[in-house]
Amino acid sequence: MLDEVRAVFGGAVVETHEHRGDATVVIERRALTELLAVCRSRGALAFDVLMDLTAVDCSKFPGREDGPRFEVVYHLYSLTHNHRLRVKVRVDEDDAVVPTAVPLWPIANWLEREVWDMFGIRFDGHPDLKRLLLYEEFVGHPLRKDYPINRRQPLIGPAH
Amino acid sequence: MATTEPRPTTAREFMLGEGSATGDGSQPMHLGLGPQHPAMHGIIRIATELDGEVIVKADVEIGYLHRAFEKDCEVGGWNNAIPYTDRLNYVSPLINNFAYASAVEKLLGIEVTERCTYIRTIMAEISRICDHLTCVGASAMELGAFTVFLYMIKAREFLWELVEAVTGARLTISYGRVGGVKADLPDGFAAQAKKAFAETRVVLAEVHRLLTGNRIFMDRMVGIGVLSRDETVAYAITGPLLRAAGVGYDVRRAQPHWAYGRVDWEVPTQKDGDNYARYLVRMAEMEQSMRIAEQALDAIPAGPVNVDHEGRPIDPAMYVDQGKQGKTEGLLLVPITLSPNLQGQGREAQKRVNVHDKRVVLPPKENAYGSIEGLMNHFMLIMEGYGIRPPQGEAYFATEGANGELGFYVVSDGSDRPYRVRCRPPCLPPLAALHRMVEGEMVADLIPTFGSVNMIGGELDR
Repeated sequence: MLDEVRAVFGGAVVETHEHRGDATVVIERRALTELLAVCRSRGALAFDVLMDLTAVDCSKFPGREDGPRFEVVYHLYSLTHNHRLRVKVRVDEDDAVVPTAVPLWPIANWLEREVWDMFGIRFDGHPDLKRLLLYEEFVGHPLRKDYPINRRQPLIGPAH
Repeated sequence: MATTEPRPTTAREFMLGEGSATGDGSQPMHLGLGPQHPAMHGIIRIATELDGEVIVKADVEIGYLHRAFEKDCEVGGWNNAIPYTDRLNYVSPLINNFAYASAVEKLLGIEVTERCTYIRTIMAEISRICDHLTCVGASAMELGAFTVFLYMIKAREFLWELVEAVTGARLTISYGRVGGVKADLPDGFAAQAKKAFAETRVVLAEVHRLLTGNRIFMDRMVGIGVLSRDETVAYAITGPLLRAAGVGYDVRRAQPHWAYGRVDWEVPTQKDGDNYARYLVRMAEMEQSMRIAEQALDAIPAGPVNVDHEGRPIDPAMYVDQGKQGKTEGLLLVPITLSPNLQGQGREAQKRVNVHDKRVVLPPKENAYGSIEGLMNHFMLIMEGYGIRPPQGEAYFATEGANGELGFYVVSDGSDRPYRVRCRPPCLPPLAALHRMVEGEMVADLIPTFGSVNMIGGELDR
């Protein structure tokens, strides 16, 4: 599976690994949409389910402090072949934009909203990118590592 | 001169368009259901746009129960997240416990004991039955079948007594541990469980007679809340909703873990993808869960039981006293009579159910109090800055929750705290697709459809 991805996207594949049996491919952002589309449609891959979409803030990860700050993580699953693939794309903080996956899997709509909510990563082409779990007046993105766990938010109420 | 205030629009004008007010007599009505509504078992807001009684548009808003589960996990040790996972799907908390523990074990690269895999399987299946009972009972109640609700809650009570016997609690059980479980099964558990299953089967048969084929129930369920097979897959919906749409995907079958590969059971499916199909799938799954649990109870290995019969058992308080006074000589060999609320946590029981790995599992209390090595081992796992330290890396582990694939994606930076814990909540995708199920149907049909997706606020909003 990873060989096939490497064969098609050779230059754009940053790295691959199978740590603990989870096939993982890190791809450059420019090739992300194409990779996801190929993963979904190509017969030997046939990833018809976007099981999960989340992100990791790598700014406190040992050895990764200076690299791209965020990793957006896609967990794909194929009902046909019963296999899984993890796709990761790295983005910088000042350019935290990833192309949307909504045209491929409608579930990406809510999952991308959650990532925007929690990490402040934007999804280019998303139909309605607003917060999912928190409220619009919330300040900041709480799953970023520089958001302190005990920060208090200003009280909001109905407008007078 | 008095200014004339504009006369407020009357209800007839507003609703029916009489007079000069709005014209054609037809306009959409906006109706918000929730966040708190008697027929919504969970805090969620559905903003609907109605044309008469037909839902034209539904906008689902979630997040009212958000309590920063993923953020909280990052500030404590790896085992500190276990109580938080109880509160994800609080109707079947054991499955969350075990799924999280297994994800961390996968990251550590360790295998739990065989007895532990069976215990996890049995307890997860009991939880699944509790979850389905609650879901079917509550949605039947919302359609007026209050009897069914009472019957099913009665059955759930039998099962919760089992849960209580094993974990000591009914709801927030915190029974899973990285590397094992908190305590071994109590004496006579198999017989107790089989008795509870027999009672549950009686209730299920009663409910079948009351609901399956019942004219009123079928009128409200058949053909309502339909989601096609393709759309169900596209929305990443798993669990009973996917199987009701004709796809036999079940994580327990597709990627067998724990003891699921060693028991014989079926994956019930239906074709129609409507509320009635979901009801039938859940009813059939409860029977399958009991089959799995019964086989596992019969096959569970006893493990090494090396009870030391030399020397009289002593009282735990005395044991602790002696340990504190430094009289630890021979203490490790003395059997201890545990108080009932510590049943299953003795040295021998822990050997059976926990991984034999000092880096992960707390030593039994006898060792912690009875020897310096045990005490050091204990503190090495408990003290800030020590504890379980998985190597740098990431792992995704999925099991079949009551609502579908429950996945945990854990990332470790090599320290004693999780770098990132992500829970893939199984009831988020159905809620994301809820508008597709209810649009075009009557507003009253929203209630059974909402019941059939079994929204659990704890795991949805985390």
